[in-house]
Amino acid sequence: MSPTSKSTDRRRFLKRAGGLAVVALAPSAATRVAWAAAPSGADYRKLLVLIELKGGNDGLNTVVPYASSTYYALRPKLAIARDQIAKLSDSAGLHPALEPLLPIWNQRELAVLQGVGYPSPNLSHFRSIEIWDTASRSEEYLQDGWLTRTFSSAPTPRSFAADGVIIGSPDLGPLAGGGTRAIALANTDQFLRQARLAAAEGQARNKALAHILKVEADIMQAASHLNANYAFRTEFPQTGFGNAIKTASQIVANQAGVAVVRVTHGGFDTHSGQPATHARLLGELASGIVAFRSALDELGKWNDTLVLTYAEFGRRPKENLSNGTDHGTASAHFALGGRVAGGLYGEQPALERLSGDGNTGYAIDFRSVYATALERWWGVPSAGPLGGKFAPVPILRA
Amino acid sequence: MFPRAFTFCILFAGVSPIASASALGSAPLSYDDARHLLNRTGFGATSSEIERYVGMSREQAARKLLDGARTTALTPPPAWTAEVGPLRYPRPGDNASQMERKLFQQEQVREGLELRGWWLSEMLATPSPLTERMTLFWHNHFVSSQQKVKLALLMYRQNVTLRAHALGNFGDLLHAVARDPAMVIYLDSAQNRKGTPNENFAREVMELFTLGEGRYAEQDIKEAARAFTGWSIDRDSGRFMFRPFIHDDGVKTVLGKSGNFDGDEVLDILLAQPATAEFVVRKLWREFVSPDPDERQVSRIARRFRDARYDIEVALNDIFTSDAFYAKQSRASLVKSPIDLVVGTLRQFNMAPSEPTPFAVAVAGMGQNLFSPPNVKGWPGQETWINTSSLLARKQFLERLFRGDDPSRMAALPRTESMAPEMPRQALQQGELDPEKARQIRFMREMERGMQSVRFDSSKWMSQVSSAPDPARRAADAERVLLATAPQAEPDAPGDPLALVRSLVLDAAYQLK
Repeated sequence: MSPTSKSTDRRRFLKRAGGLAVVALAPSAATRVAWAAAPSGADYRKLLVLIELKGGNDGLNTVVPYASSTYYALRPKLAIARDQIAKLSDSAGLHPALEPLLPIWNQRELAVLQGVGYPSPNLSHFRSIEIWDTASRSEEYLQDGWLTRTFSSAPTPRSFAADGVIIGSPDLGPLAGGGTRAIALANTDQFLRQARLAAAEGQARNKALAHILKVEADIMQAASHLNANYAFRTEFPQTGFGNAIKTASQIVANQAGVAVVRVTHGGFDTHSGQPATHARLLGELASGIVAFRSALDELGKWNDTLVLTYAEFGRRPKENLSNGTDHGTASAHFALGGRVAGGLYGEQPALERLSGDGNTGYAIDFRSVYATALERWWGVPSAGPLGGKFAPVPILRA
Repeated sequence: MFPRAFTFCILFAGVSPIASASALGSAPLSYDDARHLLNRTGFGATSSEIERYVGMSREQAARKLLDGARTTALTPPPAWTAEVGPLRYPRPGDNASQMERKLFQQEQVREGLELRGWWLSEMLATPSPLTERMTLFWHNHFVSSQQKVKLALLMYRQNVTLRAHALGNFGDLLHAVARDPAMVIYLDSAQNRKGTPNENFAREVMELFTLGEGRYAEQDIKEAARAFTGWSIDRDSGRFMFRPFIHDDGVKTVLGKSGNFDGDEVLDILLAQPATAEFVVRKLWREFVSPDPDERQVSRIARRFRDARYDIEVALNDIFTSDAFYAKQSRASLVKSPIDLVVGTLRQFNMAPSEPTPFAVAVAGMGQNLFSPPNVKGWPGQETWINTSSLLARKQFLERLFRGDDPSRMAALPRTESMAPEMPRQALQQGELDPEKARQIRFMREMERGMQSVRFDSSKWMSQVSSAPDPARRAADAERVLLATAPQAEPDAPGDPLALVRSLVLDAAYQLK
């Protein structure tokens, strides 16, 4: 039973003098989204998928500077042996667990962004992810996520199920705050069950109530769009991340209209016993991405999808005494998709020139990566949402 | 109109600061007025609590609330808060193994959970909910977070300090907080040394604790930071310690005043600024009255607040007796915080959980993790409490709490995964668990028991709320005690008490206060 079919004749809507306009109406039994361009001229038919590597991924063992003797000196226990590395160039290669990504690399649909970070880096998980999510300066506290600010200046079409879907984390991250239509769910079935508790009816008598009714309406609109169950031929990995990717694929299949999907892959805070944990996490990441690509190929959507990884920080180049790594700064990240111009971008970490606390500088400001997504992918201005002009990274084919 | 005109006459005539304009003309409190007052100043007032305030004047009611305030908690704190002797924690350079560090971390997480449960218990048990509300208000004003402070003991001690001054004197509170060890760690005062100042505390004390943004220059921050050099903590006792040898003895110039200031003198300079009183009163207005402060009223109350040497009761009394507080447009204008929702619901329905921690975890899942505000600005509150994720978490919590006759009923723990991982059953059977995992399993069971210990007898509650024989009348009485504004939808089945309560608490209006 859809949440909108609750019989309304038993319910007498209360009308109050002085009430504001009806803010939220239950969505009509909506058909497929008409692919009209957003009012702003933005092209939100193109999907942005953000994969959060929660906990702070060790970029140095993800994209390994295997020609550097300093790398091997800093990591006597944790360094990846040269002969195990999936080589991308004569100085950089992937962790062996990422080998499933090589076919995508060979098709030049994988861009490797080296040294993504920001000035005056913060080493707290909470604060640093907040800086990434709000695209703030290091000492600046902003409330709204960078995508929230984007959608408020360049809205998605009203017919969209939601601005964004957040999978596997209650934290809305880049979609937090403001008036964004963000849906957080573990999987679509569970969301649809929960959404039955939403009821966006009645009149908003003040701002607070108007906001609640709007959120209820957002839930119902998303719920009414997210009920298809596409039968993929692709087999999804039986892991948490694999399930999240399956949910993301379902959302794309629904064609319900969603501009961004954020998937969280957690557990990267590898202070101890890193080798086994990190290999497993990267393996799950690679198999998930490969399945996602296959599912999107089935739907003919890979060319309209840009996948970006991000994390609060990388890890310290020098390994610690517990076979692990501590909080670091800049890190390597990936961009994938049918329109990505594959290759290596940025700079390898300057391991010979570490800061006082043993960390590396950055080569690419993370806001430049965001600017790429905003300007080159969706075609929306980035200076407003990002609080300044950041040069896009040329990772997309024209 | 009439009282406001009087207000200004009184102010300029210099009449005693306790006298309030409203004293001259306020009608006795109606049931709805009393309900509004108690829910804004406390949590989930019951019908009998409301009745006790009906018929009082605004001044009598405010006096009763303020006179009932406490300075200490009633609920005994966890045993470890009484620990004396050197604090145990891995220190830089003591070569603690990774295992020791991990055990320390787990211990602090566990103590932090106990602490959250303890405070929630106090909110449920206290005869002065206003005391806890103000303690929470100051926690969100003078923010420190266990995420950075780590030691739960220091977070506890800070909470004790906040409560001791919660309705006392704002100046005393500011001075106490500035040397509070959790704050000294949280805002890096311990790293603030002569020659290499750390400006973190100096910046936030001006921007967030006193003046507000834009009321000072960057140079004021730099100079003030020098005055706070040497404010540190003793690493064994965890108590405040002044280290004179790293204190900057030079002349500083802060907000136009020059001298060889120490930190306390800088705080007094900040307190002397009218902007400080206005900043605090504006925030109190948003907490108690409405999201849109009336600037004329704010400056009126702020002036009286400052004239009364920052006696917090003076500001609160003015607010609780003001026309704006009781105005129609202020009613139902605030969004319930997760604490309002959970503590208010438990108090409203006389639910006494055997174990409070699961409810503190539920509150955290809705976005208000006590002792861990998101950043130094605290929880932004109001509409930011509600997004699609948190609204469904709130509704699911309420829905399970009032599921009724389902014997396996257990109120939802929204998003507990992140705080206490589920334990695989087979691992338990195979006895493969390390002690920490076993402890986590015990914890999960306690959580479950805590949730299950909450019982709701809908018929009994109905009989306390209404003695009317007519179901429609009883429904109206229930609505009156539960909702600050009319429900969005007419309740289903008004004759069935459980269905009625479910319908009212799941209505959007229940999210407001």
